[in-house]
Order: sequence, then C-alpha cells, then structure tokens
Amino acid sequence: MLYNPYLTSKRYKTSLRFARGSHHGLSLFGRVLWYAKQAGRIAAKEPHDVIHAHDWLTFLAGIEAKKVSGKPLVLHVHATEFDRTGMGLPNQDVYEIEKLGMETADRIVAVSEFTKRIIVDRYGIPADKITVVHNVFDELEPAGAGPSHVRDLKNSGKQIVLFLGRLTIQKGPDYFLQAAKKVLEYKPRVQFVVAGSGDMEEQMKGLARTLGIADRVSFIGFVRGADLSALYSLADAFVMPSVSEPFGLTCLEAQSFGLPSVISRQSGVSEVARHCFKIDFWDVDDMASKILSILEYPAIKEVMAVEASREARRFGWADAGRRLRRVYDEVTAVGPH
Amino acid sequence: MPAVCLYFQVHQPFRVKKYPYFGIGRDHDYFSDVSKTSLDNRHIIERVSRKCYLPANRLMLELLERHPEFRLSYSFSGVLLEQLEIYAPDVLDSFRDLVKTGRVEVLSETYHHSLAFLYSREEFRRQVGLHFAKVHRLFGVYPRVFRTTELIYSNEVAAEIEDLGFRGILAEGADRLLGWRSPDFVYRPAGAKKLGLLMKNYRLSDDIAFRFSTRDWKDWPLTAGKFARWIDKVNGNGTNVNLFMDYETIGEHQWVETGIFDFLRHLPGEILKHPDNGFATPSELLAQFEPVGEIDCPAYVSWADVGRDLTAWRGNRLQEEALRTVYQLERPVLESGDKGLVDDWSRLQTSDHFYYMCTKWFADGDVHAYFNPYESPYDAFASYMNAVRDLQTRLASVKGGEKP
Repeated sequence: MLYNPYLTSKRYKTSLRFARGSHHGLSLFGRVLWYAKQAGRIAAKEPHDVIHAHDWLTFLAGIEAKKVSGKPLVLHVHATEFDRTGMGLPNQDVYEIEKLGMETADRIVAVSEFTKRIIVDRYGIPADKITVVHNVFDELEPAGAGPSHVRDLKNSGKQIVLFLGRLTIQKGPDYFLQAAKKVLEYKPRVQFVVAGSGDMEEQMKGLARTLGIADRVSFIGFVRGADLSALYSLADAFVMPSVSEPFGLTCLEAQSFGLPSVISRQSGVSEVARHCFKIDFWDVDDMASKILSILEYPAIKEVMAVEASREARRFGWADAGRRLRRVYDEVTAVGPH
Repeated sequence: MPAVCLYFQVHQPFRVKKYPYFGIGRDHDYFSDVSKTSLDNRHIIERVSRKCYLPANRLMLELLERHPEFRLSYSFSGVLLEQLEIYAPDVLDSFRDLVKTGRVEVLSETYHHSLAFLYSREEFRRQVGLHFAKVHRLFGVYPRVFRTTELIYSNEVAAEIEDLGFRGILAEGADRLLGWRSPDFVYRPAGAKKLGLLMKNYRLSDDIAFRFSTRDWKDWPLTAGKFARWIDKVNGNGTNVNLFMDYETIGEHQWVETGIFDFLRHLPGEILKHPDNGFATPSELLAQFEPVGEIDCPAYVSWADVGRDLTAWRGNRLQEEALRTVYQLERPVLESGDKGLVDDWSRLQTSDHFYYMCTKWFADGDVHAYFNPYESPYDAFASYMNAVRDLQTRLASVKGGEKP
C-alpha cells in the first residue's frame, strides 16, 4: 500500500496504520503518510497551541496532529494543485488531500486573493474561513559578476529580457517565447534569457527552434545567490507570464533591483505590485507590446526603477506577522476543538 | 455684496486608445476607442451628457428664468465643443440657449486645453485664437476673460493675457499667493495695468465639488440654506465669492443620488434671501469693482491637488518625456500644412494625457486613480508615446513628398 503512488484521502487513514519505521525507500505518498504518522506522535508529546501546516505535503501531518492534540489547525496555502498544473488536470490524490485538509482546518491562510478565489471556487471552502496574508520579499544578496554568457551579451550592447522560474506549464515559458518572436520582428538586437529548469526544458528549446529564434534565446539553467542578483541587475526587462501564480515573489525581487517588469494578471503579486505592466498570460501581443515599450522608452525604466523598488519594500515581515498573529489569536479564542 | 461668481469648466479630452507598439506606422487613428469603456470618447460624452450636461443645463435655464439676478459662466474647451458637435449636438444647443439669455458668460482658454504656455508662446497664441474663433462661431460672443488650463497661473501668464487684450483672468486662491488676504475681492496681477484677477474661494468651492457627499464631513449633509449662510458671512469682508469648479461635479462626480441637483435648485433662492447678496459674471465683477491690491505670483500655481502646483502634469520623467517629445514636433508639424497631422498633434497636447501619467499618489488609489482610464501611468505613457511615434512616421512621409 505504501509503495502505491495512487491513494485517495478516504483510504489514507487505514494506510496510516502501516506507516511505521523508516521513511527511506517509500514513494512520495508513502513518505507523506510516514510524515503524518510522525507528526501525530510528536503532537502527543510536545505541548503546543496551534498547528500550522504548509501545502499538501504536510496537510495530512497537520490533520493527524490535530486529531491527537485537538488543537486548532491552520493551513497555509502557497500553491494548489490547480496552479501546479496550469489549471489543467490536477492529480486526483493530491486534490483529495488538499480538499480534506482544507475542510478539516480551522482556518486557511492564502498567499493572495487570487489563491483564495481558487480555494473557494475549486475546493468549495467558505470564503470567511480564509485569510489572505501576502508574501513578503526578502532582500537578495548583492549582485556578483553574474553568468559570463549574460555579461557578454550585455557588453555586446544587446538588451536583455529575462524569464526566471521553473520551466513548467504553470510558469508559462511557452508564452514568453511566443512574445519573444514578436518582439524580435520589431527589434532584432534583443536577447531573451531563460533562467530555470524543469520538465518543459527540452520542449522549450524545441519551440525556440520551431519559432526560428533559437539563437536569440539563451537557456542558462537554474541560477541562485549572487548570480541571480546579477541577472536582475543586468537585464532590461523582466517577464512573469505565469498561467496561475499564487504569489510570484520573483516579481518583487526583480523590482527590488529596479528592473521594469511585465507580469501576468493571473498572479497574486499583481494584487500588490502597481509599478509594472500587467498582461493576461495568453495575450502574447500585449506582452510583446509592453516589452517593446520598456525597451524603447527609457523613461519607463527611469520611473519604474525608483517607484517599484520602493514598492517592493513596502510590505515587511512585521506586517505579515501581525496578520498571522491575528489568525492564531482568533482560532485559539474559539474554544476547545 | 457679496456677488457670487459661478464658473464651471466644461472639458473632455480626446483620450488616446490603447495603442500598441505594433500600431506605429500602420494605425493613424489615435482617439477611436469603441470599447464602451473609459477610453471610448463617444461613450463618455454620451454618459456625461445624460448624467450632467443635459439635466444640469435644464436646471440652469430654470434658475435663470426664475431668478432675474442669477448669473453664471462657463469655459468650454475646444476639444469638448468639437466632440459635442459630433456626438451630442442637442447638448450644444442647450448650452447655446443658456448663453442666449445674456446672463451666461463664456470664457476664453486654449482650444486644446493644453499646457502650451509652458512650452511655446506661439503655440499658446495659436490655440487661444482657435478657441476664440470657435466660441464666436458657436455662441456669437467674444470672450473677454481668460482662464488657463487647470488654472495654471503666474505673473508671466497674466502679462501674456493682458498683452492679448483680455479684461481679466482667473486663478486659484492659493494660500501662498494670498497670505492673510481674502480671495473674495478683485485683485490686480503684479505688473499688470488693466487686467483684473479673480481668485477661486477654494474652501467654499470644494465644499460643493469635493465634500458635498462626504458623510464623515462635519457639515454633511450640506443644504442650500446652510451654504447661503456661509455666503452671508462674507458681507463686509468681501465683494465677491468665486465658486469655480468642473461642471461634471453636477451629476457625474457628485451623483444625482447625493442630492446635488436639489441643492443647486434651491441655492440661488437661499442666497438671494439676504438683500445684500447677488450674482455676477466675471466681466460684471471686473466692471463693478476696482482691484483692492496686487497679487505677486512669480512661480506657477494651479488648482490641482494639495500642492496647487504643476506636478500632476509634469512631476515625473514619463510626463517630461512625453511633453518634450510632443512640443519638439511643433515646427515640422505646423510647416507640413497637413490639416490631419496638425489636428492630431494638437489633440495630443491636451493636459489630461499627462495627468494620466502621474505617479504621485498612484499607489494610494486616490483621485488620480479615479480619473485615470488606463490601468497604470505606464500604460498611459506607452499608448501616448506609440501614437506620437506614429505621428512622426506620418510627418516623415509628408516631408518625403508622399501623402500617407
């Protein structure tokens, strides 16, 4: 049973009984169940007032802990199965676990109104059970020299348009490439840099070839740390074409480096970021037109750089902490669970 | 005394549609949004006509008939008059009926409701001339008193207006100009010989224009009787109370449900209850009262925002860049002799385009956001600049000898 990747939430309770010993060698679902069992044991021993679990991998652990201690359960939703699958076909088991968790929880924290709507519409959870606490951006480390390929592009006088994120259906890299094609028709001296890896990587390289823009798109893989900061500093425009983005912290990161951005309206960050261009992810023409505007009119960069970097720092952890604290206060005030 | 001087600004710009970068060189039609949303110029004229112009004009005519003492004045931008001619000729007729009473004064301004004064004196004069001719053609009157776009004013503006032969000019009664003095007198601009200066009483004007429907305002609800008593108090302390505001205040900014129409319907009667009170047009005030003092205004003031300055139109690099680009085209556009080009270029000078690019309080979603039909100042800027780019390509092809 534990080695079976297919599992419905209705059967999880029985499976749980078998989850003993080490988690090594278990499937993902097996490990989720093992983890839940451990959480129950810990909840029985360690005194606590609130159980706070993040996303579906830990939802069962949260439920198990609540069952043992009777303490209120707060679920924090950073992404749903619908986001991960780009509103396509969700994995039914994951969906079941998410739904069970949300139904069992005393309160749900969503990272955006966008995510709250999905929880209401797709999981049938009453809106008044959900509190929105927007994510907070952390300062990145100072920029290093950056990937040499990108530095060379910059030194050769090319303008750089950046995509940064996992190459998965959720992040919309295909829309980015289609917009790139359109931009290049009007402005040939632009290079499109794709930073990130994922299951769509080969497919994206193929698409770039099909579109005839393979030499104008650089796939530079996953970037982090000082290189990431350098990338934000070297680029001329940032594009976040996500199909479904619960928040979209990269937008605030880009903004903190004064990088003008074009972001999907299908994102949580578009609720708080105002000093940027917004587009519908499927509207490739609008995306291309706004990228071109940024590249063509330097005044946009001058104003966005100042306003957006200030805006990215507008909300701090203290603010998010206060909201979360209020959620804790409310669930603990209700009485025994 | 005091005489209430009502002046309403009547203006709607030709808003630039969402103009993508790809339109450059292909689409020469910048003002033709037909989305029935806040960029659709015809749609807006029709809506504002229904909510404001038509019912407000009916009310004003009714008040003129009921009270022989009642007076008011309008300043129509040329671009508004043009849109009324195309989209709402019945509204234009109702304004004509008001002017025909002889108790409604029409003021002068730049045809394109522009900031031309700040960039080109010649272009400014061209637009004043165009407006003068338009007003005379439509209303059969010659304006004698001038109001600048958004009441932008300085000593220099006053000197120019005096030089053009006008009798008076309007300005914001900004604290930094008046100091301890009251706006409720006729003044003279520093350096002027004959020109009279009428200053907006912004407290009383804004009580109607902005605070009328504000429920947490201590004087809400504002009644005609209460407002008239505030006017009475000026007796002995002033000769005139200048109430200047957008005409769209009536029915558009302050919805009919707020009671704004009823308030105005009763206002003249309430004001006239006091035997010393009256109404006057700007010209009547200037003929009746000698200036009591001089107003020195070396730096520009306007009627916008708390700052009463120019930052709503040229406070950031987007606005500066857009203004610089459009005024750079003055000579080649005018020399092209191409009427279509000249008209489009002129329409692109309307101050509203630059107001939409304002980032000042953008994040707070206040009045700037309310009046902005674009998703952001950046969207406003991009559409505008793309349209100007297209204009430049047309200009190049006209110069090249071929007609686009």
